[in-house]
Amino acid sequence: MTTAYIYDAIRTPRGKGKKNGSLHEITALSLASQQLEALAERNDLDTSKVDDVILGCVHQIKGQGADIARSAVITANWDEACAGLSINRFCASGLEAVNIAAAKVMSGMSDMVVGGGVESLSRIPMGSDGGAMGVDPSIAFDHHIIPQGISADLIATKYGFSRDDCDAYAVESQKRTATSWEEGRFAKSIVPVKDQMGVNILSTDEHMRPGTDMQSLGSLNPSFTAMGQMMPGFDFVALQKYPEIETINHVHHAGNSSGIVDGASMVLVGSEQAGKDQNLTPRARIRSFAEIGSEPTIMLTGPEFVAAKALKKAGMTVDDIDLWEINEAFASVVLRAMQAMDIPHEKMNVNGGAIAMGHPLGATGAMIIGTMVDELERTNKKTALITLCVGGGMGSAIIIERV
Amino acid sequence: MKHFTLDTDKDGIALITFDSPKRSMNVLSQDVISEIGEWVAKITEDESIKGAVITSGKKAFCAGANLEELGGQFESVFTEIAKDEQAGKSKLFDMVFRLNAVFRNLETCGKPVACAINGLALGGGFELALACHARFAASDDPKLRLGFPEVMVGLLPGAGGTQRVPRMIGLMNAAPLLLQAKNIKAKEAVSMGLVNAAVPQSELIGAAKAWVLENPKAKQPWDADKFRFPGGDPWTAQGFPMFAGAPVMVRKESYGNYPAMPNILKAVYEGCQVPMDAALRIETRYFCKLLQSRKTQNMIRSLFISKQAIDKGGARPASQKPGAINKIGVIGAGFMGAGVAYVSAMAGIEVVLIDRDQEGADKGKALTEKEQAKRVKRGKQSQEKMDAILARITATTDYALLSDVDLVVEAVFENSDLKAKITKMAEDVIPKTAVFGSNTSTIPISDLAKASSRAENFIGIHFFSPVHKMALVEIIKGKETSEYAISRALDFATRIKKTPIVVEGTRGFYANRCVMRYINEGYNMLSEGVKPTLIEQGARMAGMPVGPLSLQDEVAIDLGYKILQQTKADLGNHYVEGKMDPIITAMIEKHDRQGRKNGKGFYDYNGREKSLWPELGQFAIDGILENQPSASEVKDRILYAQSIEAARTMAEGIISDPREADLGSIFGWGFAPYTGGAISFIDMVGIAKFVERADELRSAYGEQFEVPSLLREMGASGETMYGRFGKPKHTQASLSKMLEVDVVKLANAMGIDAKVSDLKADTIAKILAAR
Repeated sequence: MTTAYIYDAIRTPRGKGKKNGSLHEITALSLASQQLEALAERNDLDTSKVDDVILGCVHQIKGQGADIARSAVITANWDEACAGLSINRFCASGLEAVNIAAAKVMSGMSDMVVGGGVESLSRIPMGSDGGAMGVDPSIAFDHHIIPQGISADLIATKYGFSRDDCDAYAVESQKRTATSWEEGRFAKSIVPVKDQMGVNILSTDEHMRPGTDMQSLGSLNPSFTAMGQMMPGFDFVALQKYPEIETINHVHHAGNSSGIVDGASMVLVGSEQAGKDQNLTPRARIRSFAEIGSEPTIMLTGPEFVAAKALKKAGMTVDDIDLWEINEAFASVVLRAMQAMDIPHEKMNVNGGAIAMGHPLGATGAMIIGTMVDELERTNKKTALITLCVGGGMGSAIIIERV
Repeated sequence: MKHFTLDTDKDGIALITFDSPKRSMNVLSQDVISEIGEWVAKITEDESIKGAVITSGKKAFCAGANLEELGGQFESVFTEIAKDEQAGKSKLFDMVFRLNAVFRNLETCGKPVACAINGLALGGGFELALACHARFAASDDPKLRLGFPEVMVGLLPGAGGTQRVPRMIGLMNAAPLLLQAKNIKAKEAVSMGLVNAAVPQSELIGAAKAWVLENPKAKQPWDADKFRFPGGDPWTAQGFPMFAGAPVMVRKESYGNYPAMPNILKAVYEGCQVPMDAALRIETRYFCKLLQSRKTQNMIRSLFISKQAIDKGGARPASQKPGAINKIGVIGAGFMGAGVAYVSAMAGIEVVLIDRDQEGADKGKALTEKEQAKRVKRGKQSQEKMDAILARITATTDYALLSDVDLVVEAVFENSDLKAKITKMAEDVIPKTAVFGSNTSTIPISDLAKASSRAENFIGIHFFSPVHKMALVEIIKGKETSEYAISRALDFATRIKKTPIVVEGTRGFYANRCVMRYINEGYNMLSEGVKPTLIEQGARMAGMPVGPLSLQDEVAIDLGYKILQQTKADLGNHYVEGKMDPIITAMIEKHDRQGRKNGKGFYDYNGREKSLWPELGQFAIDGILENQPSASEVKDRILYAQSIEAARTMAEGIISDPREADLGSIFGWGFAPYTGGAISFIDMVGIAKFVERADELRSAYGEQFEVPSLLREMGASGETMYGRFGKPKHTQASLSKMLEVDVVKLANAMGIDAKVSDLKADTIAKILAAR
């Protein structure tokens, strides 16, 4: 089997996913095509030698519909021989895109493939693409489907994470993010977003709140109490699957959950030969990757299971991983993953995460792969495992090794 | 046409009157459906007819389908489905879709059709009205109700109801009608947009005809090109949250136990996204699925067919005829006695309510006054009616007033000596034909009957508390109780609109004996270290209205404590300590937790809020289990513990009719109604499988899961509870109604030699003799 290498990884800064967010004025297509342009320029790429661009995108409607990956390839003036594929594995779409890119390279059927993602939540908000899962009684009723926030609170209740535990985690995430920006740890991979004239419109993540402390978080009201306990009463649906729990403790709020942001990211994956042909130096080797389905009501416990699967494929154990990156969808998700796999906080999300910087759904997976490539190089560490919890009860993971 | 008349007036409007011969109520039988097809074709094709008005020649418009006929009608198709699934199911679809097709032809006939709803219209009757282009309902018929009772017996409104109602008023407004069987009056129907106008009966036909004349090109809104689903379909910003919320709210209430509810949701969700013709096919498919569901079949049997039969006095011995109950005596005006007096007076019976002193008797009567005043205040009852009801109750201390009663209900404290004294005092006065009924819940009737000079007229009439809310009454037989006394007790129970079942007079009778097993299993799990929350939620998930610990709080823990002491004293050395004993003892002696009555029991009570007492873990002998059982394990323990006890009572002959055992379980202590009852549950699982699972539970949890040997034998031979204990399904009357060829088939199936050329009456006689 061919070995797949990561040659480069870039991302946009993340803009607030609201009408007053800096990236609201920029289309998703532009976010993605600017990234492709930058990737080609930085690496002096012959894009005719890139087989495919695979982009994760959760809401593939309106400006993100009709295969945004192919649209971005054309818009970025890449060679028309490069194809485009858009995929959706909810929050792990961007990571899954890299995994598929790697799989294509490893199989030998492609030589060089871009995996990445794009999502403009300010323009196309969560839930815009409808979907049967939440409304068709054949799944929603029969299979106890509840919103992610309720699942995250269920995890906190079931595994004993208090509001303070989650808030303390969030404070640390903000602190680590602030330090990383101060020290320029993201500098290698950040590509500012340009406006219609070509002027930089956003150069740093704008969702961060560096001064966050326990007190400021303490004033925030939990986000999922009303829909859980009152209308329509999702807690009862959850408790009918977890009847050993008396009531769900609603601990999550805007400050200890991932932020809603816009952004895009790209990871350049290729074989050793493809890299040589383009005069590129590999930065990391892809050791293994995996995907998994898990219990869909609690939904967000996938990371521990998919990590175990990826480790097994790589012939590694938890202790063989130097750095962990688990998307901070909700504080309880990361806390549970650390608890289940006995991972020290010192190895987990060392540069902060989505609680501070935000979670541009389809783009996040590839973004945090890039974060790890940079961090392995900066700290001279060897291995990293990157994973995300996924809607519908799934998980995707990748293990990379610095070369 | 037998069921309809059609008269066309000078304007060319056909007045179609639904008036089935020899029936008090119009129902949608197969014949009726055929005739609707005939007149729909007539108004479609006859050019002299410009439009039509549909009404009823009876007081009510139409009560919907005949469930009994519905059940029987499809049995042969189910057999076909077992043989050839594809062909059988297609045939079932065709049979069911007939009515939908006819109604669809009606609404697309191209001429305006209005419905004059002159009275009650339920189920298919309401759906007939909805398939018309306009509806007018009588504003002056107090009994007029519109609604869909289908969900109550596990069915869905299958003649367009799940499609037309949401298309008229949206999902959220349709939900209470479709999912909760909410009935609405004429004015409410107008404000909801289901009926055009409510007008007095005298103007009904006129209003409908006027509408037809004014709307020559009537078409249903959903057949118009620009039709928009009210409130938004699932893919609109308004509709999405509603369609997302509906399954959640339904699950919260139903725990997913009732098959009709998700299928109604599916029919609405899927149907609202396609044109009406496809939508009706989708509805019919879900209806057919429900028809084949064992839960639905059991619910129809117990909650409709058995309920109707037993409520009419179905448990009456064959030797007896129904009689009137005009006046009764109630001795003991405590909460139970007061309740009996109240329900009796409501039913029009004269009541002599006796207590030790006048104050006690008056206090008993005050319950009726209080409850009636509430009804008057809510506009549910007139002041005159309340006055009449109160006037029927004579509160007194004078036994002489019992001289002309038909029946006495004794409801004094559970004290044998006191009861004996009262029996004598009453029997000195009451007529020789009067029946004396004791409302004891614990003392064997034969023991109490020893005090009676007419033991054949002595019986138990066991009410459940509160009497005016609980539907069940156990008629308890003593050794010497006559069939006459049973019949009179049934006369009384049916008159006061209760569901009476006949039970032998052994300890705990039927219902209390089984419900004790339910509560005990809660104690057992608590003792074994199952989380209290899991016990309680598991029980509710199994379909019980409240968890066993909650129920114990309601009936009071100190009462359980007293019974425990009494049983210990009664049994002496033979008493075997159970897992509940140390818990109940500590709750009372150490913690003074008596239940809801003193605000602390297994739950802490804070006004209307309650939460499990956090200290319950102390009762887990080896601590709370690290590996908690699954919800399905808990559910099985809950249901099996009760069903096994119910089976024991049948095996012991405490109760003989499975219909009564089922109804007793549902209406006596709330046994999961979706199962059809504690006995139907066993048949639904299948006896062999039931025994196998019970054996597993026994080896894991104890002897309470030991099945009676009879069940073991029946499992081995492939019998069913209803097959063995059920009353013969066919009566002289029902057999006479059947086609001769079917009677012969039935006889042959029973091993009787019969041919079509034989006399039908002879074949019927042979069948009845063989039973």
